[in-house]
Amino acid sequence: MDKTVRVKDIIKKNINSNKNRQIEKIMPTLFFLAATISILTTIGIVSTLVVDAYKFFRQVPIKEVFSTKLAPLGSNPSFGILPLINGTVITSIIAMGVAIPIGLTAAIYLSEYASENCRKALKPIMELLAGIPTIVYGFFAYSFVTPLLMTIIPDLGAKNALSPGIVMGIMIIPLVASLSEDAMNSVPNAMREGALALGSTKLEVTIKVVVPAAISGIIASFVLGISRAIGETMIVVIASGSSKNFTFDVTKSIQTMTAYIVEFTSGDAGSGTLGYYSLYAVGLILFVFTLLMNLLARYISRRYREEY
Amino acid sequence: MTIPIDKNNKGQNVIYDVKNLDLWYGNDQALKNLDFAIGENEVTAIIGPSGCGKSTFIKTLNRMIEMIPNVRTSGEILYRGTNIFDKSVRVEELRTKVGMVFQKPNPFPKSIYENVVYGPKIHGIRNKKQLMEIVETSLKSAALWDEVKDRLHDNAYGLSGGQQQRLCIARCLAIQPDVLLMDEPTSALDPIATHRIEELIEELKKNYTIVIVTHSMHQAGRISDKTAFFLSGEIIEFGKTTVIFSNPKDQRTEDYITGRFG
Repeated sequence: MDKTVRVKDIIKKNINSNKNRQIEKIMPTLFFLAATISILTTIGIVSTLVVDAYKFFRQVPIKEVFSTKLAPLGSNPSFGILPLINGTVITSIIAMGVAIPIGLTAAIYLSEYASENCRKALKPIMELLAGIPTIVYGFFAYSFVTPLLMTIIPDLGAKNALSPGIVMGIMIIPLVASLSEDAMNSVPNAMREGALALGSTKLEVTIKVVVPAAISGIIASFVLGISRAIGETMIVVIASGSSKNFTFDVTKSIQTMTAYIVEFTSGDAGSGTLGYYSLYAVGLILFVFTLLMNLLARYISRRYREEY
Repeated sequence: MTIPIDKNNKGQNVIYDVKNLDLWYGNDQALKNLDFAIGENEVTAIIGPSGCGKSTFIKTLNRMIEMIPNVRTSGEILYRGTNIFDKSVRVEELRTKVGMVFQKPNPFPKSIYENVVYGPKIHGIRNKKQLMEIVETSLKSAALWDEVKDRLHDNAYGLSGGQQQRLCIARCLAIQPDVLLMDEPTSALDPIATHRIEELIEELKKNYTIVIVTHSMHQAGRISDKTAFFLSGEIIEFGKTTVIFSNPKDQRTEDYITGRFG
């Protein structure tokens, strides 16, 4: 009896089976659908925003929108959005002022200086920080950082822009550090060797070779951090209050675009009122902001990419 | 540091004097009691089968081997009379005098110009005119100038493999080293590019001392003055290339050269 497996025959049988052929035909469609889901959702979100924001812009003159007076619930309501944009920009700047230098230095340490064991232990711990719910950070800002800052700045308000800005920065450090570290880690060792062999010190190798080679990934991490800061909600809701002031004073209470939306969706604006539509206008502007950030990031990382 | 170069007395001055050098990776001994000298303005080829310690040895000459964790050495390597393992020796300074070309071309992901000026810049040369002069002479010495002079600001990764390797040589030459270490510089290149590099080495040895690790016996025979045959971390035979290739003293050298193993 012939005991050898007749591979040729089995292949011949299977290769022409109907089941296999149908799977081959169906799968690409499934893959395509999965790929389009996120695109369709985006289109849906944008169209809702645009439709309702349009109702707002039809009733409120553009000059009023870009004014500094925001009083949506007054007897003579005014919808100047600049205080909100200002609030978002200021808290984001403070956050990135914390996150970029610390995150990048941490990434440099992890990628270039830390021993393999040290890196293996530190990186997961750092990434764990990214999993803390933002409401916890909000409480941390309100009940710990603000009182701490008050010992240095006595006339700091109980609600202010500085403390949530700093805490947002702390929240974003792991994101910047982890992504920048990935980018630097993927720079081939041959480049470090080339630089060291020319008599560079370790610091020179890091700053003049590794960081430039990884710059597009590093900038991408910054921009993701900024997007995170612009979109952050809970921390600012809790720790920066809801004063609709147009001020550059970081010790005062301010309101960001996201915090405004939270305030209004929690009951103050009846459906169909101007205040209700203003939410969509703010949402749309927020969306445009992040979109611009991402486009800028793409441009910068392409412009400065060092290809290897 | 300036010992006059006497063209008629080639090989008279000793550049590297290796004395009882042992090296371990953890518990594995990779180099065993090496003891020989490398002369000035000579091309010294190091040959031997894979894993015989030739790359380890050449990386010891500029202490690049220390990038690998758990490396231990004993013995001495005197570079122009100074032990390179001495605590007073700064590796950065040693490496400005001892340039290195690697197996795979490793230009920085920058422009051709930036690659060449990298070394001079980190060592403090800022003058644009001087830098341009350095770029031109270095690229000319590396026989690359004519091919790239019109596109100095293009990315180095747009060059072919052979051109990239010559760029790496130019990058070394830009800081005017004393010695060039080459770790299988042509193993990733095609025969034509290999030939150009060999011609270049022929040219460079007038001004530099060259130590080259090679897998190709023919290459060693073509370009070197002295040859060292390594086997399992030991030097089996060292001497004039012509002698080693025509009349090896050790049976193992003869077997390797005639292609009976390795």
